[in-house]
Amino acid sequence: MLTRAYQHSLNGSHLPSGRPLLEVDHISLFFGGVTALKDVAFTVTEGHVHAVIGPNGAGKSSLLNCISGLYHPQEGQIRLHTADAPHEDGTHGKVHTHALTSLPPHRIARLGVARSFQNIELFSHLTVLDNLMLGRHIHMRHSVLTSMLWFGPARRQEIAHRQLVEEVIDLLQLQAFRNKPVGSLAYGIQKRVELGRALCLQPALLLLDEPMAGMNAEEKEDMARYVLDVHELAGVSVVLIEHDMNVVMDISDRVSVLDFGKLIADGTPDEVKADPAVIEAYLGAEEEDDEVKEALRRQTRHVEEEHRG
Amino acid sequence: MAATATGIHHRSYSSELSLRATKAEYFRLGLMVVVLLVVPFVLDNYWLSIANTILIAVIGAVGLNILVGYTGQISLGQGGFLAVGAYTSVIISDRMGLPVPVAIALAVLMTAAVGTFFGLPGLRLKGLYLAIATLASQQIIEFVIRRWGWLTEDQGFIDVERLEVAGFRVERTLFEQQWYWILLAFAVLTVLTARNLFRTGLGRSFMAVRDQDIAAEAIGVNLARAKLTAFAVSSGFVGLAGALTAHYTEIVTWERFTLDVSILYLAMIIVGGLGSIAGAVYGAIFMTLLPVLIREAATSIRDVAPFLASQLPAVQNAVFGLTIIVFLIVEPRGLDRIWQRIKDYVRFWPFRY
Repeated sequence: MLTRAYQHSLNGSHLPSGRPLLEVDHISLFFGGVTALKDVAFTVTEGHVHAVIGPNGAGKSSLLNCISGLYHPQEGQIRLHTADAPHEDGTHGKVHTHALTSLPPHRIARLGVARSFQNIELFSHLTVLDNLMLGRHIHMRHSVLTSMLWFGPARRQEIAHRQLVEEVIDLLQLQAFRNKPVGSLAYGIQKRVELGRALCLQPALLLLDEPMAGMNAEEKEDMARYVLDVHELAGVSVVLIEHDMNVVMDISDRVSVLDFGKLIADGTPDEVKADPAVIEAYLGAEEEDDEVKEALRRQTRHVEEEHRG
Repeated sequence: MAATATGIHHRSYSSELSLRATKAEYFRLGLMVVVLLVVPFVLDNYWLSIANTILIAVIGAVGLNILVGYTGQISLGQGGFLAVGAYTSVIISDRMGLPVPVAIALAVLMTAAVGTFFGLPGLRLKGLYLAIATLASQQIIEFVIRRWGWLTEDQGFIDVERLEVAGFRVERTLFEQQWYWILLAFAVLTVLTARNLFRTGLGRSFMAVRDQDIAAEAIGVNLARAKLTAFAVSSGFVGLAGALTAHYTEIVTWERFTLDVSILYLAMIIVGGLGSIAGAVYGAIFMTLLPVLIREAATSIRDVAPFLASQLPAVQNAVFGLTIIVFLIVEPRGLDRIWQRIKDYVRFWPFRY
């Protein structure tokens, strides 16, 4: 599967697989009189792809913004667990718990939470390479004097970090666009660059806000493949917001469903699909959306058959 | 689409990171060096004084472009920061008796500190609102240098001593030549260090703040620190320009540091190209030469159009305004972009694209 040996681990987390990585502990977020999130609680497990779904306006992006520190929920707490590097004898490093709700976004990024945005937020005047190198920001030292001197530490640092960036370029097949300004690239490529920039942080947790929005079926498949690569090859835990039910059911280990700011279901894809509250909320009343519901039932059957077979 | 040089195959990251790769680029660099070395021997004192003014403007414009063009923080406080550099350096060297290089270094640090302080509104304000806040800094500094008698020992101006460093004293007969070499060294150093800054992570983080501040925060850029660092670095260069102006012109008065100067420098980087070191250099050359050339032109056609010469200041102002408008409409990315397009045209020739 690997075409070349990757020298760097893109996963920044040292937590043992299966341990809780992120705990969203009963958070509520209000904008004036509007309730964006009400008493939302779930846990993201290390090594999982965790999908967050829900109808438009359900509060999915608000939730992601709370985790990455752009919004601060008025109630509740979000905790991130990180671990020190494993000891030489193979035992796991010490586990630390961080309260994210009191931290500014750049400190949360420093803890290893990287994200992409629903509407692409790249540095549009810079090249793909510069955008990805910016993903290395938290791992670099920035001194005015050495930067101005260039020769010496600054140059060495650029070259060292370029090596990891090239691995991300390989993984996401961005070779052809390396020196192009991102503003000039197609939408699908820009989405991929944004994924790459987040990956360059060597994140412990990757938050993806609708990475496949506005794509055709083929582009969606490609993107799903890249997300899976990131998860399987690089081992990064992912929180994914996505509208496409097929994609969500196919690639996630666990699904949380939001509706009007409330968590109405949380479980494996199969559990969630069978949940009457989800069908009610997500697909509407029975008489309105028979077709969609039927499609969901077909898919459930399909998955069940697959499991049996 | 810009033309890319073909046949250049980098075999290491370090070779790709070097600023020049093609023979043509090295040739152009060599040509530039030769021109810069020959200038003091072919120009007379009048034109050399203009060259020296340009060199100081280059330092100031590069400094301003770091803040405005690269970090996206609009500043109208340039004149004030130049003043901080000029007054600090002269007071330290002439009145306290420290060597001039030490005085200039301290002036750079002082201006960086003052610039950082006046950059604090930038943590909360963006765009036009920040422009107004920096306008306030311009007014405050201007007020202080006009009214604070201690600065000028109640004379209203400071008469600066002839430059003297470790026994070397600038000679009266070779004044412009010797200053040319000094200013050239500082200008080259400024351009090189600024260019280096923007091929490292620190400079990239400035550009990230300019392009998309929320995303910059999300990848771990501390916005407050990045903005204040940009203010400090930019003001440091501006302070250097101010200190050099003081020692070169040998007089410091508040009239040299008004809002007009701030706007002139903004015009330089807009005409030259926002977010480009080369652009700042081109802009500084262009905007310094423009009024001089208009004066030359007006005197040479005095017989045909006498009103041009008699109304010279008005004509200069009108052309100044017109130039900015034309650039904003025709090529908002300035002289730097025009130069790129010329190079592309040559590279693609005989094809159009």
